[in-house]
Amino acid sequence: MEGCRLVSTKLSQQGAAAEATRVLITGNEAIGWGAIYAGCIHYFGYPITPQNELTEFFARELPKIGGEFIQAESEFAAISMVYGAAACGVRAMTTTSSPGFSLMGEGLSAIAAAEMPCLVVDVQRGGPGLGTTQTAQTDYLQATKGGGHGGYHNIVLAPASAQEMFDFTQLAFYLADKYRHHVLMLTDGILGQMMESVELKALDFGPLPAKDWALRGIARKGGRNSVISSLKVAGMAPELYGDYLLRINEKYQAMEENEVRCETYRTEDADLVLVAYGSSARIAMEAVDEARAEGRRVGVFRPLTLWPFPKRQVRALADQVSQFLVVEDSLGQMVEDVRAAVAERAPVHLLGILARDDKGGGGMILPGRVLQEVRELT
Amino acid sequence: MSKVVAGKPAQINDRQFMWCPGCHYGIITRLIAETLEELGVAGKTIGVSPVGCSLAMHEYLTLDFADALHGRAPAVATGIKRVHHGDALVFTVQGDGDLCAIGMGDAMNAAVRGENITMIFLNNANYGTTGGQLAPTSLVGQVTSTTPDGRDPQRAGYPVHMAELMATMRGVVYAARCAVNTAANFTRARKALKTAFQKQIEGQGLSFVEILSACPPNWHKSPTDALAWIAETMIREYPLGELKNVARVE
Repeated sequence: MEGCRLVSTKLSQQGAAAEATRVLITGNEAIGWGAIYAGCIHYFGYPITPQNELTEFFARELPKIGGEFIQAESEFAAISMVYGAAACGVRAMTTTSSPGFSLMGEGLSAIAAAEMPCLVVDVQRGGPGLGTTQTAQTDYLQATKGGGHGGYHNIVLAPASAQEMFDFTQLAFYLADKYRHHVLMLTDGILGQMMESVELKALDFGPLPAKDWALRGIARKGGRNSVISSLKVAGMAPELYGDYLLRINEKYQAMEENEVRCETYRTEDADLVLVAYGSSARIAMEAVDEARAEGRRVGVFRPLTLWPFPKRQVRALADQVSQFLVVEDSLGQMVEDVRAAVAERAPVHLLGILARDDKGGGGMILPGRVLQEVRELT
Repeated sequence: MSKVVAGKPAQINDRQFMWCPGCHYGIITRLIAETLEELGVAGKTIGVSPVGCSLAMHEYLTLDFADALHGRAPAVATGIKRVHHGDALVFTVQGDGDLCAIGMGDAMNAAVRGENITMIFLNNANYGTTGGQLAPTSLVGQVTSTTPDGRDPQRAGYPVHMAELMATMRGVVYAARCAVNTAANFTRARKALKTAFQKQIEGQGLSFVEILSACPPNWHKSPTDALAWIAETMIREYPLGELKNVARVE
């Protein structure tokens, strides 16, 4: 549909010139290689399940290529180390899982205010609290509505395959540098552990602005100094609060205008559209294939950016189809954004975490369960 | 013919300090600028400022600076140092609430790693910015806005001795406590700070300089009475001197 792009295809075309290698790796490894292909050799992290493979990947790989790995003493420290490294103009990142992402909230708020380009990966586990160590999609609201204080936005990328985890990691660093802003990649335990074939290839997204603000000592900047700060107090900060708000608002508007990404799957003549992201989107697609085999007119709409959310695209779809079914592994979070976009033009149903096959904290919403729901609605 | 015998260090700009009358942060800002000038390293030095009154230091020093969140200066400095390594000198400046209350974990873990940075710790025995509350460094019996009857060890514990604590860490190669309440102490503090930066230049490990600092408004004392309190009371609790000066043990 108009306005939607198949990002994976686009990325592949853009990077066609580069040499490619095909490998069988997990989603977490794909993120690691994506970072290295993007030139990110500064990683700071703290162990937490279910993302330890990521921390261990960087511990193993970065020293081989002259990079820096630190196992920080906390998520507070890890995100502050990322802030410090990003302030020097290099590509830096951290990875964590839900409780750790909460701990990084204050740091991310500061990173947003100081406009430090970097990547944070949240491999979601079931919450709230310590919750479970198993996969879930219970951080959507936290990821898309800020997370820390102060009303900032994360650019949120939601990959659904190992290939996308590799490609989106590179895209994330490009977007971060393009906007001088941080990017969040929201994945989950299933995506991280899933092994898939990935084409390893450096992607070139085009030129980026120079980082003339980076800290490297005044001698290398003709005696001019830079102050990287999240403070906006008159007389104690490089920029006044009002000026900052004006500028950041324009930046967020530009992101909403230019960076919405989504994908449709078999929606051409669909009467019912499933809306899902990440691992739930893969499950929804499998259910749709089975429903199509039964002659049902069903498709999938998949946001690739959760913020900015593809509001216009969902709204346009609402004029074509008679109902929506949101499939997400939570009690219902993204469904709020879908309902806001649909604006009561069509009913929006939810198949959420209560539909898992196992009530013990594990399990998942299986394709068969989604198919059953589709049958009831069509 | 006139000869300049004293002047403003090149790294201090013309803005007026925001600090209160009798506060030592202006003196310490000058001390840092003079030390960097003397070592000829100002051009490659990056400062990390904290949450607290010393945050404003980046307004007066023409150096690259990053502001950290409350307590996180050693972590931010770590990120910076791990990018530039020997190509930059990195120092933190932190108050007592920032470093040894909310930031104790970050400070101690920077020491655990033996991070090759210089940490400057400004101990004024209270939370200055927020109006004089109890700090981990407040003295026993000290009246603060949250210990109106004086610090009672039974309820609020005992003063923390950061320089001594840091000296116990293998990753720390230099630890000293100084004051700037007299000209002689200022000179000793300058020597300590110079040694601390030299340790970093040589890549030996973490260097730590604690500086006792006056906070007259929150101590409810005049600037001169504050000087006397440092000399007669504070230094008794926090003895001055070099606590550790070693080469990195490999």
